[in-house]
Amino acid sequence: MLSSFSNIFWLGTKELRALAKDLTMILFIIWSFGFSIYMQSTGAGETVNNAAIGIVDEDQSQLSRSIAGLFYPPYFQTVKTISAADIDRAMDEGLYTFIIVIPPGFEKDTRKGRDTEIQVNVDATASQQASLGAGYIQNMVTNEIDRYRKDFEATTGRSSDLAIRRAFNPDGTQSWFKSIVSLGDELSMLVIILTGAALLREREHGTIEHLLVMPLTAFEIALAKVWANGLVIIVAFACSLLLVVEGALDVPIAGSRGLLMLGTTIYVFAAAAIGIFLGTLARTMAQFALLMMMVVMPMMMLSGGMSPVASQPQWLQYVTWFLPSRHYVSFMQAIVSRGADFTIVWKEFATVLIMGITFLAASLLLFRRSIATTQ
Amino acid sequence: MAAQAGQIARISGVTHAYGKVLALDNVSFDLPSGRMTGLIGPDGAGKSTLLGLIAGARKLQIGTVQVLDGSIANARHRRAVCTRIAYMPQGLGKNLYQEISVAENLAFFGTLFGLTAGERETRIRQLAGATGLLPFLDRPVGKLSGGMKQKLGLCCALIHDPDLLILDEPTTGVDPLSRRQFWTLIADLRRERPAMSVVVSTAYMDEASHCDWLVAMDHGKILAFGTADELREATGEQDLESVFVALQPGQKSKQERFVIPPRKPSAEEPVIVAKGLTRRFGNFTAVDRVSFTIEKGEIFGFLGSNGCGKTTTMKMLTGLLAPSEGQAEVCGSPVDAKDLSIRRRVGFMTQSFSLYGELTVRQNLLLHARLFHLSKANAADRSEKLIKEVGLTDYADADANSLPLGVRQRLSLAVAIVHDPELLILDEPTSGVDPQARDEFWRLLVDLSRSRNVTIFVSTHFMNEAMRCDRISLMHAGRVLVCDAPDNVIASKNGADLEEAFIAYIEEAEGSRSAPAAQEAPSLVRQEARATSPARPRFLPLRRLFAYTQCEMLSLMRDPVRLAFAFLGSFIIMLIFGFGLSNDVTNLTYAAFDHDNTPESRAYLGGFSSSHYFTERSPIQNVQAMEDRLKSNEIELAIEIPPNFGRMVKRGSDWQVSAWIDGANTTRAATIEGYVQQAHDLFSEQRSREASTPSTSDPTTTLQVRYRYNPTAESIYSIGPSLPAMLMMMFLAILMAVSVAREKEIGTITNFYATPTTRLEFLIGKQVPYLGVGMINFVILTATVLFLFGVPLKGNGMVLALGALLYTAAATGYGLFISTLTKSQVTAVFAGAVLSMLPTMQFSGMMQPVSTLEGGARLMGRLWPTTYYTHMSVGAFTKGLGLGDMMTDLLALALFPPAFLMLSVMLLKKQEK
Repeated sequence: MLSSFSNIFWLGTKELRALAKDLTMILFIIWSFGFSIYMQSTGAGETVNNAAIGIVDEDQSQLSRSIAGLFYPPYFQTVKTISAADIDRAMDEGLYTFIIVIPPGFEKDTRKGRDTEIQVNVDATASQQASLGAGYIQNMVTNEIDRYRKDFEATTGRSSDLAIRRAFNPDGTQSWFKSIVSLGDELSMLVIILTGAALLREREHGTIEHLLVMPLTAFEIALAKVWANGLVIIVAFACSLLLVVEGALDVPIAGSRGLLMLGTTIYVFAAAAIGIFLGTLARTMAQFALLMMMVVMPMMMLSGGMSPVASQPQWLQYVTWFLPSRHYVSFMQAIVSRGADFTIVWKEFATVLIMGITFLAASLLLFRRSIATTQ
Repeated sequence: MAAQAGQIARISGVTHAYGKVLALDNVSFDLPSGRMTGLIGPDGAGKSTLLGLIAGARKLQIGTVQVLDGSIANARHRRAVCTRIAYMPQGLGKNLYQEISVAENLAFFGTLFGLTAGERETRIRQLAGATGLLPFLDRPVGKLSGGMKQKLGLCCALIHDPDLLILDEPTTGVDPLSRRQFWTLIADLRRERPAMSVVVSTAYMDEASHCDWLVAMDHGKILAFGTADELREATGEQDLESVFVALQPGQKSKQERFVIPPRKPSAEEPVIVAKGLTRRFGNFTAVDRVSFTIEKGEIFGFLGSNGCGKTTTMKMLTGLLAPSEGQAEVCGSPVDAKDLSIRRRVGFMTQSFSLYGELTVRQNLLLHARLFHLSKANAADRSEKLIKEVGLTDYADADANSLPLGVRQRLSLAVAIVHDPELLILDEPTSGVDPQARDEFWRLLVDLSRSRNVTIFVSTHFMNEAMRCDRISLMHAGRVLVCDAPDNVIASKNGADLEEAFIAYIEEAEGSRSAPAAQEAPSLVRQEARATSPARPRFLPLRRLFAYTQCEMLSLMRDPVRLAFAFLGSFIIMLIFGFGLSNDVTNLTYAAFDHDNTPESRAYLGGFSSSHYFTERSPIQNVQAMEDRLKSNEIELAIEIPPNFGRMVKRGSDWQVSAWIDGANTTRAATIEGYVQQAHDLFSEQRSREASTPSTSDPTTTLQVRYRYNPTAESIYSIGPSLPAMLMMMFLAILMAVSVAREKEIGTITNFYATPTTRLEFLIGKQVPYLGVGMINFVILTATVLFLFGVPLKGNGMVLALGALLYTAAATGYGLFISTLTKSQVTAVFAGAVLSMLPTMQFSGMMQPVSTLEGGARLMGRLWPTTYYTHMSVGAFTKGLGLGDMMTDLLALALFPPAFLMLSVMLLKKQEK
C-alpha cells in the first residue's frame, strides 16, 4: 500500500516535470483560464443586450414618439424609423430583431377610449433574445400606454403590481453565471485533453510498455496521471477564480471557497478519469482528438450552462444525468450563487465521485487489452 | 584528390547548429560525381544533417553547398535540380505512406516528379520487378517487413531516374539477407548507370568498404576523405573499423580487442523456459510454437529477419502480451502480468528509446530507482554509481532527448539495471548505434553476465554481436530455425561466417520462393533514352496537387475509424444537441407562499398550476423554508401572496403579489420572469374586466406579437440550422490540422521538402479530400435538420450548398493554418480545439446574435467564418432567403479560404531547419 503511494507519487512528479517544459501547453492553460473565461463572461452582455429594433410609426403622434423613446441602450440599440414597405426586406436581411408597428390614429383612438392594437414583429430565429425581448417590449409599451391613459383621463384606476425579486443575483448580472459556466467548460476540456494526451503520448513513444514491465500496476500509472495533471488544472482554476472571476469580473462568491475547491477537485478527478478512459480507447492521436470532441462538446453544451437542463426532453435528461459536468455546473451554481452548504451539495459530490471511480475502473479493465492490441 | 569526372557537389565552410548544439562545424569537401561515396562516423557526427543539406531538404545556415552546378540555397536552382536528386531519409520507410499500398506509393512519387501515367505504369513494373516487390504491389506499406520497406524506399527514390542518389543509413535495422539484397540492387543500378552518383551514410564498416570514396566524420568535423586504400595507407591500418578509430584525434591507440571470458556452466534452474509459445493476431501467426531454455548467466542472442516475431516473443516473456498457446516461465514461475514480484527481478529495454526525453539523465535514473522502491539515499547512490559505470558522467544533467543515440542506449541500459535484476531482456538495443558505442555497450553486457551472473536475452541484427553470445537462436517467420552456440551454427551450414549461415538458413526456410529474380530481372534504369521523352506532362502543378489529394484520400479511406467519426460522430452529436439544446420553458418548479388563502388567491395561483409550463411543489409555510428551498434548487420560483389579497381584489383596490426567482442562471431567470409576468397580466386583466360593468369597460390595448419565421417560437428552428455550422468547423479543422501535423511527426513531410512540390500544391492537395468530407457532412447534417428535426428548408438549397463549400474551405483552411504553427499532433489537436471552440460555440450567433455581443467578443465573432455560415444557414432554412439575400454572407465567407491559405503558405517552411 505504502509502496503503491510512493509509485503514484514518483510517477506523478515525472508528469509535472514534463509539463513544466511544455511551453505550448502552459500557454494554452493560461489562455483558457484567463482570456477565454474573461471573454465569455463579459462578451455576452446582458440577456437582452444591444438588440436591434425598428419602428414603423404611421401615427406620428406624441404617444407614438414617446413609445419610440422607450428603447435605449444597453438593452436595445437606438430605435430606427423605417417605412411599412420595408418591413419584410429588413426582417429577411436580419437588420432588426424587433419591428414595432404603430397604426395610424393610434393616439386618437386611445384618447377616445377605443380598443387599439400595436403589432410587434419578432425575428424568432434570434433564439432566446427574441422571446425575452418580446416580453420586455410588451411590458414597456403596455406601461407607457397605461401611463398615458391615466395622465389623459386624470383618474386613478386600479393598479395591480407584480413585484419580481431575483434571489441570489438581484440585478441578473450575466457574468456571475457565465463565469461559473465557462470555468466548468474549460476545466472539462483541459483536464480531458491533458490526461488523455499524456497517456497517448506514452503509448506513441513506447514508454507505456516500459512502465508496464516495471513493478507498477496500471492503476498506479493511471492515478499518477490523474493527480499530476489534475493538480496543475486545480492550481490554474484557483488562480482563475481569484484573479479573473473574483478579481477582474468582480463576481461575489456566496458560499464557502473551501467547499468550492473540494467540489472542483472531485470534478477534476472525474474528468481526468474520463480522459484516461478515452486515452485507452483511442489508438492514435487523431482518433483521440475526434473521441475527445465527441465527449467534450456534449459535456460543455448539455451541462446546463448553455441551455437549462430542465428544457431537455425527459429521455435526454436521463442521459445527461450521466455527464459529470451537469452535476458540476449545478453544484457550482449552488455554492457560488446560492451559498449552498455541504448538506445541500453532498449528494452531487458523491455522484461525481462515483462516476470518476467508475471511469477509472473501466479504463483499468481496458488498459492491458488496449496495449496488447497496439502493434 | 582523384576526382576524375568532376564534382557533383561542393561543400565549403558549412556550419549547422540545432539551438546550442553544433551539428556541423565548418565542413568543406567536394563530392566526386559518378562514384559511390560513403559517409562514416559515430552517431551525432552530423552525417544526416549533411545529407539533408545536400538534398536541399534542410535549410542551409552558414556556408555554401553547390549541387549540380548551382547553389542549393537558391530556391530557383533547388526547384530546377530537385528532379535530378533522390533523397531517402533515415528510418525504415520513414518517407512512405504506411496506409496506402506499394503501387500507390510509387505512383505518388512518380506523379510528384512529373511522370505521365504511361511512364509511371512501366516504371513501377520495372522497379518492382527488379526489387522483387511485384507480388506485393497491393499490400499496404505498413504491413511490409523492414527490408521490403527499404527496397520500396529505394524504388520511390529511383522512380525519376536521378543523377544523385542520397541514402541516409538505408540498412540500419535491416536483417542481413535484406541488406545483402539491397546492396546487390545498388550495385546493379550503378553498373547500368555509371554516371549516377550515390552518397550513402552507414554504420556498417563492411558496407563502407564497398564504397569508392569515403568521408570520415566525427563531432561535426571531417576527419579525412579519400578512397578506402588511401585512408588505409594514411593510417597504416587494414581493418576499416580500426582505420576509423585511428583517424579520430586524441584517441588512444586501438582499444584492446575485447575478449569474452568463458562462462562457467551453471547448475541452477534455468531462468527462462519457453514451451510452444504461440501468438496469433487475427489470421496472422506472429510466433509459432517457439521453445527454448536459457540458463542462468547466459548471454542468449536472438536473431532473425525483420518482422519475424522476435519482439512479439519478448513481449510474451515480459507479460506485455498474453500467448495464444504455450507457456513461458521466467525465474522459475509462469509469466503473469499481475505478478509484480517477478518484474522486480527482470530488466527490460524496448526497441525504441523509451525513456522520458524531457527529464535529465540523472532524473531518469532517480525516477526509476524510486519506482523500484530504493530508499532515497540508496537511489541517489545507485544513480551516481551507474552514471559512472556506464560512462554518463558528462551527460548527467543533460535532457535525455538531446543525447546522441549511442549515449541514450547506454542510459536505457543503466535504467534497465537500476534495480540489479537477475535477467535482462533487450530488444535490439544497438540498432542504429555506431560501432564504437556498440562495443562499449557490449562491454557492459559482458561484465554484467560474467561478473554478476546476470542472464541476458538480447536480440540483434549485427553478426559480430551475435558471435559474442553464448548461444544464439535464429528465428524466421515466427519459427525458431536453429538454436545453438554461434560456432556450431556456422559449422552446421559449412559457412565461412555467421552471416552466410544465417542467409543459408533463411533461404532454406523460404524454399524456392526467394530464388533471386536475377537473370531476367528488368533493368532499374529507364529503358528509353531521355531525349525521346522530353515531353513533360502538362499541368504539372495540378498533377502534383492531385497526387497529394489522392494519397490523402486513400489514407483516409483506409482508416475506417477516422471516417466513422467524421460522419457518424457529427451526426450523433447533431442529434443530441438538436434535442438537448433548447430554451423552451418546461417543468418550471414553483411553490406558493399563500398568506391569504382565499378563493381569490387560489384563483390567482390557479393560473400557474393549470399551465403546463409550471410544475407545482408543496406550498411554502414560512420565509425560512422559502429561502432554503430556493437555495437547494428544489424550486426555481416562489410566489408570495400577501394577507388581505382577496379583500383587496374584491374591493377593487391596489394589490400586489411578489415573485421570488432563482437568479443563479441569469438566462433561465429572465425567461421565468417573462412567464410569471404573463400569468400575472392574464389574471389582472380578467379581474378588471369582471370588476367593471360592461358599459364602462376600460379600453384595452392589445400588443400583437408576431413571431416571424418561427411562429411557435421553438428553439429548434434557430438552433437546428446553426448546429451544422458548429460541427463542421470543429470536426474539419481538427481532422485537417492532424493530417498535416501527422506528416510532420512521422516524417513523410520530407517528400514535400525534397520534391518539386510547391507550398500551394501541397496545402491545397491535402485540403481537397477534406472538402469532400465537409460536403458529405453538410448533406448528412442538412438532411438531419430537414427530416429529423422537421425544420423546412424554405430558401435556396443550392445557394446554401455553395456557402457550405466556401465554409468547408474556410474551416479546413483554419486547420491548415493551425498545422503550420504546430509540430506535433497533440499540439495540433490542442490548438485546433482550444482556439476555435470559443468563437465557434459562443460568438457565432448560435445562442446569441453577434450584433448583441460586446467588445472583443463581437470582434472575434465578426472575424470568424462560422458567424457568416450560421447566419446563412438560419436564413436559408427559416427565412427562405435566396441568392440575393445571402450575397453578403457568401462574399464574407469567400474571403476566409484564401486568407487562411495565404497565411499557411507564408508560415509553412519548404525546408527543414
